Amino acid sequence: MANIFVAAYDGSPSGRRAVDYAITQAKAAKASVVVAHVLEWSPYSFLTPQEIEERHKRRGQELSRAETAVIAPLMKDLAEGGVSVSSEIKYGHVAETICEIATQKGASQIFIGRTGQSTVVERLFGSVAGTLAQIAPVPCTIVP
Amino acid sequence: MKIRMETRAACGAAVATLFAGAAQAQSMDETINTMFASATGWFVNFIFAPFPGTSFPWIVAWLVTAASIFTLYFGFIQFRVIRHSIQLVKGDYSDPNDAGEVSHFQALATALSGTVGLGNIAGVAVAISIGGPGATFWMILAGLLGMASKFTECTLGVKYRNEYPDGTVSGGPMYYITKGFAERGVPGGKFLAALFAIFCILGSFGGGNMFQANQAHAQLSGVLGDYPGWITGVIFAFIVFVVIVGGIKSIAQVTEKIVPLMAILYCGTALIIILMNIGNIGWAFGQIFAGAFTGLGIAGGAVGALIQGFKRAAFSNEAGVGSAAIAHSAVRTKEPITEGFVSLLEPFIDTVVICTMTALVIIFTQQLVVDPETGLYVMNEATGRIATVGDTSGVGLTSAAFGSTFAFFPYILVVAVVLFAFSTMISWSYYGLKAWTYLFGEGKTQELVFKLLFCFFVIVGAAASLGPVIDFSDAAIFAMAVVNIIGLYFLMPVVKREVESYLSRLKSGEIKKFV
Repeated sequence: MANIFVAAYDGSPSGRRAVDYAITQAKAAKASVVVAHVLEWSPYSFLTPQEIEERHKRRGQELSRAETAVIAPLMKDLAEGGVSVSSEIKYGHVAETICEIATQKGASQIFIGRTGQSTVVERLFGSVAGTLAQIAPVPCTIVP
Repeated sequence: MKIRMETRAACGAAVATLFAGAAQAQSMDETINTMFASATGWFVNFIFAPFPGTSFPWIVAWLVTAASIFTLYFGFIQFRVIRHSIQLVKGDYSDPNDAGEVSHFQALATALSGTVGLGNIAGVAVAISIGGPGATFWMILAGLLGMASKFTECTLGVKYRNEYPDGTVSGGPMYYITKGFAERGVPGGKFLAALFAIFCILGSFGGGNMFQANQAHAQLSGVLGDYPGWITGVIFAFIVFVVIVGGIKSIAQVTEKIVPLMAILYCGTALIIILMNIGNIGWAFGQIFAGAFTGLGIAGGAVGALIQGFKRAAFSNEAGVGSAAIAHSAVRTKEPITEGFVSLLEPFIDTVVICTMTALVIIFTQQLVVDPETGLYVMNEATGRIATVGDTSGVGLTSAAFGSTFAFFPYILVVAVVLFAFSTMISWSYYGLKAWTYLFGEGKTQELVFKLLFCFFVIVGAAASLGPVIDFSDAAIFAMAVVNIIGLYFLMPVVKREVESYLSRLKSGEIKKFV
């Protein structure tokens, strides 16, 4: 069975560190890497009628923005690295969705970054790493 | 254009009255009230015309007959599929790859925030104070039957919606009447759709706007002390303006998030009050059943209770009115029928749960004055309503009922009423706008004209007195139901095919759970 690593990437420097570390490990282990980018989404949030009407359009825009602004530059960077890299963009609860991707791909490890910095987003991202450590179906490496 | 002229004339008259000040005997509120009543009287009289020789309005029979026909035609669908409906809302059948699209839960929550409003708080109080406790029984029955109407219209809303290249969608009775009639070779679709759109615009000014503003003002002035209604109107109109014209979404988003919490708080408190007065339970249900069939001395007897119960239920849950079909039509699903299954929960939550809570609190806390000798209700001859402990009506009665147990609750109720009113206005401004653009075409100018008119009616609604406002609100909303239900009768075989196909595939295991 092919050795697959999942690296969570949100476009931040800490996400990048996780991807880079996953690549280094993958090289040694002759593994391939799936870069997972999850857009936070709850099917139980509340929307106004106007938002409901535009949701499908917005979803398309959000996905293409994630592809062009977050994933494409990273993939370009990693193209020459000698490791086979693919990407997944999904909507959902971040930690749970990363676990789902890992299960679907038959991954043997998950890599995720964390920062101890105080911005709100990074605090949230930090808690994602914490949740992932609790619920990951395979060994999970948290990259500082 | 005619409406605009009238609007201008009304504005002019209102402003003139304002500046005349104390010299004028009539206050501004009275002027608005008189003008409003005389302008809308004919329409109200037509919609609520009774069957010759009876006091039974034809429109109530129209709604109940339709709900009963749908219930029978679809074989009591509302009771057969309710378990599946809940599974759909939970997302058990949603494809994870569609995450990020509007979920069944979101469509239901948004449609509910448009219907859960003052109908549940003030409307029920009106029903009880005119129709007595017996109205509760008929209200619950109407809620249960209405689930079938809602199911039919929301399925059609999704099936015949317009999807535009940019990914946005427009749906609702205007679209299913036009497209469905054309598909079945029935003439007159375009005419009916246009008629529906006109009534929908009036409904958005009436029940979706003026009634809300009116009762929000009643509640505010009850707590803050009496002050002119147009002040509340101007403030409300400004906030609505900021949201719908200014595009400040954050206010609407905050409201959308607080409204469900308020609904839970409201029901929770109602439940506590009912439990605290649990000793009255036998008596209360005795009153409800006795009232439903004898009237217990109310004007119009048992028929009066029935009319009030059915009217207020229809006004609150909007089943058969067609508005929910506009809200539900945007959901992403391969099976239009699933949205129908989800939408039938709406009258259940709105009427069978929330409205009944309000009714029980009013009855349990004994707000209605009973003649101790005869056991019948004491009528207030001047108002035509049952006399109440604090001589209150509408939202004031609900407030008094809750306040009799928790003295602080009227303050919470003010917040709830204002938020419910606001979220209902935002939803209805959207429904009205959809109807408006259906008639006049999409475009910035057309939209702005509608939005400004909508804001103007907020002021009128807050300033006019309850009677004319509630009459016009009911009339406009029920007029929508007249057209919508004609459409539903023609298109119900389409829904039947969808139901049979879906349920057989569900049974055979072709439609699978994703969870």
